[in-house]
Amino acid sequence: MDSLELLLQGFATAISPMNLLYALVGVTLGTAVGVLPGIGPAMAVALLLPVTFTLDPVSAFIMFAGIYYGGMYGGSTTSILLNTPGESASMMTALEGNKMARKGRGAQALATAALGSFVAGLIATAALAFAAPRIVDIALSFGPAEFFALMMLAFATVSAVLGGSLVRGLASLALGLTIGLIGIDSQTGQPRLTFGVAQLLNGVDVVIVAVGLFAVGEALWVASRLRQSGHGVIPVGRPWLNRSDLARSWKPWLRGTVLGFPLGSLPAGGSEIPTFLSYSLEKRLARRRKEFGHGAIEGVAGPEAANNASATGVLVPLLTLGLPTSATAAIILAAFQQYGLQPGPLLFDKDPVLVWGLIASMFIGNAMLLVLNLPLAPVWARVLKIPRPYLYAGIVLFAALGVYAVNAQLVDLVVLFVLGALGAVMRRFGVPLAPAVIGVILGPLAERQLRRALAISQGDYTVLVDSPISIGLLGVAALMLLVPVVGRFLRRRIDRGEQTGSQERAEAPAGEEP
Amino acid sequence: MRIRRSRPAAFVAAACALALTLAGCGGAAGGGSGEGSGGVALDRLRIMAPASPGGGWDLTSRTAQQSMEKAGVADTVEVFNVPGAGGTIGLSRLAGERGNGNLLMTTGLVMVGAVQTNDSRHTLRDVTPIARLTSAYEVIVVPADSPYKNLGDLIAAWKKDPGSVAIAGGSAGGVDQILAGLLAQKAGVDPTKVNYVAFSGGGQSLAAILGGKVDAGISGLAEYIGQIKAGKLRALAVSSPTPMEGIDIPTIKQAGVDLSLANWRGFVAPPGLKPDEKQALIQAVEKMHGTEQWQQALEKNNWKDSFTTGEEFKAFLDGERKQVTSVLKDLGLA
Repeated sequence: MDSLELLLQGFATAISPMNLLYALVGVTLGTAVGVLPGIGPAMAVALLLPVTFTLDPVSAFIMFAGIYYGGMYGGSTTSILLNTPGESASMMTALEGNKMARKGRGAQALATAALGSFVAGLIATAALAFAAPRIVDIALSFGPAEFFALMMLAFATVSAVLGGSLVRGLASLALGLTIGLIGIDSQTGQPRLTFGVAQLLNGVDVVIVAVGLFAVGEALWVASRLRQSGHGVIPVGRPWLNRSDLARSWKPWLRGTVLGFPLGSLPAGGSEIPTFLSYSLEKRLARRRKEFGHGAIEGVAGPEAANNASATGVLVPLLTLGLPTSATAAIILAAFQQYGLQPGPLLFDKDPVLVWGLIASMFIGNAMLLVLNLPLAPVWARVLKIPRPYLYAGIVLFAALGVYAVNAQLVDLVVLFVLGALGAVMRRFGVPLAPAVIGVILGPLAERQLRRALAISQGDYTVLVDSPISIGLLGVAALMLLVPVVGRFLRRRIDRGEQTGSQERAEAPAGEEP
Repeated sequence: MRIRRSRPAAFVAAACALALTLAGCGGAAGGGSGEGSGGVALDRLRIMAPASPGGGWDLTSRTAQQSMEKAGVADTVEVFNVPGAGGTIGLSRLAGERGNGNLLMTTGLVMVGAVQTNDSRHTLRDVTPIARLTSAYEVIVVPADSPYKNLGDLIAAWKKDPGSVAIAGGSAGGVDQILAGLLAQKAGVDPTKVNYVAFSGGGQSLAAILGGKVDAGISGLAEYIGQIKAGKLRALAVSSPTPMEGIDIPTIKQAGVDLSLANWRGFVAPPGLKPDEKQALIQAVEKMHGTEQWQQALEKNNWKDSFTTGEEFKAFLDGERKQVTSVLKDLGLA
């Protein structure tokens, strides 16, 4: 039987009223947990797991999958409206999305995020259905050395968010890398920078860093200036995307999908990486590059699509190999095992009803999410009508609740507010926030892969440039870093030639980062 | 596999439970003072899972909770999570609940190792052993096209040049590395030279083995059995003391090295319990162990029943601690 026929049978399974209801409940719950910072789909599925014991496995997985990508949709909402990423993968969305919201274009940002997620979800699900075994072969050719090269490429994208001042951007990055060092070293099991606090042994959760720097920092910063700037209400503006919004969005959606799906299927973790790559790619390709940093719709459309496509990509190694590459995937794997099912090479043959029902339900779930989220975009955007003192008080409350919910530890709250204060100070001095969060995410990933690669090669550094994949990725990374520098150098020489180097300041930063 | 009719009621209950748990998970973990009620019947029992939701300890705790509710060992049974540092954060909190006879914590071999590697303030000697519940076994695998046909081949290559055999497994100081260290000790390989590459969890190490990036891998049997059955991995040995039913893999002992290792899980309680309080907890766990639901769950999760309580479990714990400490020292982790 070929895949298409199996998929049609899957639709027959997924379209039963009961399964449709489970899909609807799943996506609704998922959207809800995605909106709340800290509480992610992984926790939601884990808590539901014991109670779904009595369900038919097909129904249970349809609901779990709904929660999973519902969470991806929901995460963008708070990022855009409140500059509070609910999970780290929607941080890049906050960069441009929140700027759009402040200009009264919140509804448009939400709409392009929802549509982009939908488009990416559909394409990625189709790729999952028809190309999973081939993709997984490519994914397996990635070892620690190749992953390290990929991380270097992701690091190069930091240059897109450094802001006007190189020194401030790098300081922010260094701060992030340092926070990333906290905790037990993965290869030797020794604690680093924990200062004897046992709760820090597991490191500082990326969610806490993102929520602390972005949300709490934002609230403190706004509060500190409220007296001067007055109690202005942010305009909500017209809902719906106009023609030019759509024209600027569709290419980023597709590019985001193309980046997100294969990278999501790599067994390395780091669902944020495709969003970084997508953001910097869009910034480079955009015609109105100056708008980046001030609410460019491309910067929302691309990363959101990448985020969703990567979430679907995670299912490729999960279903075909039984490889969980994200926290949620690990829990879905546990759920499979609880039902006595073993994802892996035999699952597609042994349980076609389940697999194809699940894949079909993902098409349906994505459609449901679009129907759910698109009309809600203007409604959500009205949240901004709440007067700022109440709005930001609410943000701080939800941020604290969400962060406490992750581990139920007081220490986490202390870390949250310390980082929040730091975030406010960074805003005061024009230090961009995104490089810090990128450092927290990528630093540990890159270090781990580098050390694994060197352990396997017994300390031989040539292992890092041993395969065409590594060389290619490192080459692109080098180009990304060098081209702008060389370009600026050449331009400066030309400028000098023309006006004998009087106005150096002219090329100083245009516009400060958040 | 049994497929039951889906029940709307069960599902509504599930959704409500999620909503409640999300709303209440903070508060539940916060206020944990013991009422210290004596007597045999427990009015309320709380189980601490010293890990995030979704992991092995969490699953064990929640499965036990359901069987306990079924068996009616207490009016309410509640699970809460205290994640972090291989469970040692939960252990410290348990040690602080002196005299609380309404609290259990799930534990296991991983915690014995984590206490050493993290230099934890509290050890499993500071708490009251209640029962060992389940065991799972480890498997040593190589990629399907590996030159190593059996454990003897692998050990021979390992002895010749320990560094040249990169072994993938889970996090540093965990069960997988403990087995690698024990194997090295018994096979006469210098444990400090073992080239163990720590991955975060079975998934990522599996990718490295399937992709041929490492020479061998160690993980829980349940995590790799699908790949082994599909012929993508070659299993060299399992760590069970006797051959496992229905699984055609030799034990490490059969392969010529006198070694077995069980990744066990069990319950401990706070220190300073009165004898009758301790007895009440043991009875509650015994009652749970007797339920049909627990037996079904064992089968479903591929957990081997290794139930033992009280003094016997305490003696077992002491033995484990000695063995693990010596291995981790040899590996340079403690």
